[in-house]
Amino acid sequence: MNAMLRNTWERVMAQRWLLPVLLVIGFGLAVAIPEYNLFNKYVQLVMMYVGINIILAVSLNLVNGYMGEFSLAHAGFMAVGAYTATLLTQKVLPVAAYPGLFPVAVLVGGLAAALLGLIVAVPSFKVRGDYLAIITLAFLMIVKSLIENIDAIGGPRGIPGIKRLTTLPWVFFWVVVSIWVVRNFVYSKYGRGVLSIREDEIASDLMTVNTRRVKFLAFMVSSLFAGVAGALFAHLLQFISPRVFDIIKTTDILIMVYLGGIASIGGSILGATVYTVLLELLRPSTVAALLSWLPAILFDPLNEHFIRHLGVWRMVIMPLALVLVMLYWPRGMMGLREFRWFIPKRDLDAQDRPVGYGGRHDAA
Amino acid sequence: MTLLEATKVKHFFGGLCAVADFNLDLRAGDLMGIIGPNGAGKTTIFNLITGVYRASEGSIRLRGIELVGKTPHQITALRVGRTFQNIRLFRDLSVLDNVRIAHYAQVRYSPLEALFHLGRYRREEERVIANSQRLLRIFKLDHLAGETAKNLPYGSQRRLEIARALAIDPELLLLDEPAAGMNPNEIDQLMEFIQWIRQEFKLTILLIEHQMKLVMGICERIKVLDFGETLAEGPPAAIQNDPKVLEAYLGEGPVG
Repeated sequence: MNAMLRNTWERVMAQRWLLPVLLVIGFGLAVAIPEYNLFNKYVQLVMMYVGINIILAVSLNLVNGYMGEFSLAHAGFMAVGAYTATLLTQKVLPVAAYPGLFPVAVLVGGLAAALLGLIVAVPSFKVRGDYLAIITLAFLMIVKSLIENIDAIGGPRGIPGIKRLTTLPWVFFWVVVSIWVVRNFVYSKYGRGVLSIREDEIASDLMTVNTRRVKFLAFMVSSLFAGVAGALFAHLLQFISPRVFDIIKTTDILIMVYLGGIASIGGSILGATVYTVLLELLRPSTVAALLSWLPAILFDPLNEHFIRHLGVWRMVIMPLALVLVMLYWPRGMMGLREFRWFIPKRDLDAQDRPVGYGGRHDAA
Repeated sequence: MTLLEATKVKHFFGGLCAVADFNLDLRAGDLMGIIGPNGAGKTTIFNLITGVYRASEGSIRLRGIELVGKTPHQITALRVGRTFQNIRLFRDLSVLDNVRIAHYAQVRYSPLEALFHLGRYRREEERVIANSQRLLRIFKLDHLAGETAKNLPYGSQRRLEIARALAIDPELLLLDEPAAGMNPNEIDQLMEFIQWIRQEFKLTILLIEHQMKLVMGICERIKVLDFGETLAEGPPAAIQNDPKVLEAYLGEGPVG
């Protein structure tokens, strides 16, 4: 059965023309779903969160997966994108008259985050591993307290009443752009540079790889899309405050990356989707509804002590899940493997290999 | 023509003098060997030439260009390739990727062209793949292009490391104990092989080696180091009979 499934999967993945066809269908659906309310508003909302989380996971994977560092700053970059874009749509750009200007705000938000990404890249020249993780954590805290202390952007109270400009077609558009650009980057000399730094930085430098330049670029691309996701997030939630972009947010993204698998775009897409849907299923009302068939004698205490407090329990369950995934399932759903569709054809032709070796070019 | 020239190079690790007054004059086309007991500073010299360490004193010039102060990628991009004493492949990457990565400095496209796969991207990628496959064919590794480097047997890993160094398109090749872990038969093959790549790729080769058979067999000039100092330099025949060299390797002679 398993072999048959795999066989079918490989045959589907070998049809490269399917990808553009699916893209067109996907975009059509992204337009049609909100237009004709094919799903209810709640499901549409979850779909948009899935999209935003895919952008976050794919971009973080570049640094934490492909480059093998452990950055905790992703929520900070997200915050920069969110605040920049929000200030633009509230104060600068006449988005009410021209909603078409929204992507400009998103892009500028991303560029602002990318600029900051350059600064975070600098300590990575000297420091690696645990120490770099601590520096990125410090950066996250600096961003948060800076925002808290600037009254002009709401300080700790945040910015309420943001226009809801994020729509399903726009989310779909940015998901495609982020995946396409990250994939292009990974399959270029810079992407191979990133991988060689993960493997052996000194050897990489001695094979003519300009490691500093490669690190600059990797951090820039990664934070650019974190900023884009932050901008989309702000205009969906319609409210941002420094508390939204704290270490919990970073933890969420980390879980998505490691659950999906490191150094894999396909993995990040799967990880973000599964995790986001799982979180929605774990909401008190959903869990209560799912377990309502239990006899009252069991259900009532469970509801009283656990289900109603799931919001708090989440802070216990999710970090625990991260620890467990990293300990017992370090490869995640498809770590170090990639959807055949994402691998450029000339790469596939040059080194066709069966599934399951462990190198980056394993195709699934 | 002098290709690589080192003058009065000194290097200290803290208070320890690892290299004392090292001089070298390597002409284009030379095949020179550096020998010496463990800890004599041989690998340190390779690390000084390639910029892994910055020489405490002295000057190292390649075609007249000062190398001291340059970073490893700047130096290797000046067409210097090297291998390592302990194999340092990119273990989890494919054989092909190992060779492709070393093309970094020769690939001419900008980050923007890379992000959007536009402009020169396609042509350059195809060129790199073709050249990598050519090198893998020469080293009889082409059928393993998709294999993960760490899964290769030891001998193939050694060959891959040389192929990767040649992907830089070097004029100067530094080989750090290429015969380590090889049996006499394999060493014979390696000697032929080094001579052959030297012709084929028009290389100047500087090699470190413990296997006297290889050093005496193929090197035209030999330099003997001990405790960071140059003991002797000359053709193999002269080195073999140099009393100072014998002393360093075999200990002092019998008294009387």
